[in-house]
Amino acid sequence: MTRLLILIPALLMLSGCANNWGWYVVDPTTTSGWNNLKFMANGAYYTITMSVTAIIISVVVGLLVTLPGLSKKRGWRMFNRTYVEIVRSVPVLVLILWVYYGLPALSGITLNVFWAGVFALALSDSAFQAEVFRAGIQSISRGQYEAAQSISLNYRDTMRYVILPQAIRRILPALGNQLVYMMKMSSLVSVIGLQELTRAANELVVTEYRPLEIYTILVLEYLVLILIVSAGVRWLERRLKTSDA
Amino acid sequence: MPIISMRNVSKFFGEFQALKNVSLDVALGERVVVCGPSGSGKSTLIRCINRLELHEVGEIVIDGTTLTNKPSDLEKISSTVGMVFQQFNLFPHLTVMDNLCLGPRRVLGLSEEQAQERAMKYLNRIQIPEQAEKFPRQLSGGQQQRAAIARSLCMEPRVLLFDEPTSALDPEMIAEVLDVMTELASSSITMIVVTHEMGFARRVADRMVFMDKGEIVEIGVPEDVFTAPKSKRFGTFLNQILNH
Ligand SMILES: Nc1ncnc2c1ncn2[C@@H]1O[C@H](COP(=O)(O)OP(=O)(O)OP(=O)(O)O)[C@@H](O)[C@H]1O
Ligand SMILES: [Mg+2]
Repeated sequence: MTRLLILIPALLMLSGCANNWGWYVVDPTTTSGWNNLKFMANGAYYTITMSVTAIIISVVVGLLVTLPGLSKKRGWRMFNRTYVEIVRSVPVLVLILWVYYGLPALSGITLNVFWAGVFALALSDSAFQAEVFRAGIQSISRGQYEAAQSISLNYRDTMRYVILPQAIRRILPALGNQLVYMMKMSSLVSVIGLQELTRAANELVVTEYRPLEIYTILVLEYLVLILIVSAGVRWLERRLKTSDA
Repeated sequence: MPIISMRNVSKFFGEFQALKNVSLDVALGERVVVCGPSGSGKSTLIRCINRLELHEVGEIVIDGTTLTNKPSDLEKISSTVGMVFQQFNLFPHLTVMDNLCLGPRRVLGLSEEQAQERAMKYLNRIQIPEQAEKFPRQLSGGQQQRAAIARSLCMEPRVLLFDEPTSALDPEMIAEVLDVMTELASSSITMIVVTHEMGFARRVADRMVFMDKGEIVEIGVPEDVFTAPKSKRFGTFLNQILNH
């Protein structure tokens, strides 16, 4: 994978010689190129903080939405289904626009671009988290609940100490995927003006007029971020596995 | 006064009646072995006692508390009745020690130190103190079942229910679990054991209960039952499992 990372720009550079590319815009050896690169990389701050904040919120909300879905009572299950179906069917981009432009008109609450982005991403993702959690929790055998009941654990403790720790280990790969997905979706928040990776690239394109080079760098930026996240998730998976292997 | 008293208990799964008018009294400290063909309702019987199943008809009184089908019943009987499962059902993500301490810590409110002390006491009793820090899947089947027994004992129940505790085990491990159960039987704990281990029943049981098709067909002391069962069905059943 690392080799690929070096290979792609190398190939592009080479082809650039023949095709009159303008790699100078992001040439780190020149002052302006270096500044441009820094400008683009700075976008990573919002991409990362926004995705991470959003995933934390969406995991919590997703879990809160999952639990009623597992209830014996029909009303609770209906709440879960309704939430999941409605939220899941709205495109993320539409949700971002709605939260940023629509919500203030409706409720008088104005969120800044960062929190509007976080809110929309978290909301959208929570429906998926709820489904992931549900599958994870339902994969835990009935014997575990019965054992918990036989030592008199109440519902909360059963979930907290017995079911969820096991379910989370099982859904970790899916959670990792969701985080990757979230990082990519966060690029959509550029439409309301948050200076994350994509927005930074767009702004640079407007002033430098070098879309091919700049967007290529943008692709690489996402690639690096996501490879790091994937490696992190794999590391966590291994750690949790060895702790009860 | 019996610690468990079942009066005309019936249990339905939809249309299907799994328990038919079952009545059974178990005295404090008594050891009862329940046997019967597959599907006869043995599991259902003991699962009704610890509320893993709720009965529809009749009355179950445990230690003076009449069970209704309200969740609050669970709390009332929970510290009285413990259960050992065929599939052990240890918590796979916790060490043996943590499996044992969870209930005492969260339910009985013991401090970590007290809980661990208690856990070690019972791990010594079932003779696997050296496995305390291992995870369940690092243990043999027999050790897992003994750990599961210790987990129940840590709640210090007055009644311990066993649902075919050795039938998921390889033959060479059955003895070690039965030994632990025999040792337990010499204490004051009340035991109801669903098992087809007739050697164990003969050694340990005060009374044998034979079930068939959701009914208790016969109750008797082992000497009588093994020499001359009253009902033909019990006789046939005993013949089958003793000669196989
Ligand atoms: N949750 C359930 N839903 C529907 N039917 C059930 C359920 N649990 C048990 N039964 C049925 O009730 C009957 C008695 O089951 P039970 O498990 O008590 O039998 P058992 O005597 O323990 O048999 P085994 O020796 O196979 O464990 C069986 O016919 C079974 O199919
Ligand atoms: Mg059974």
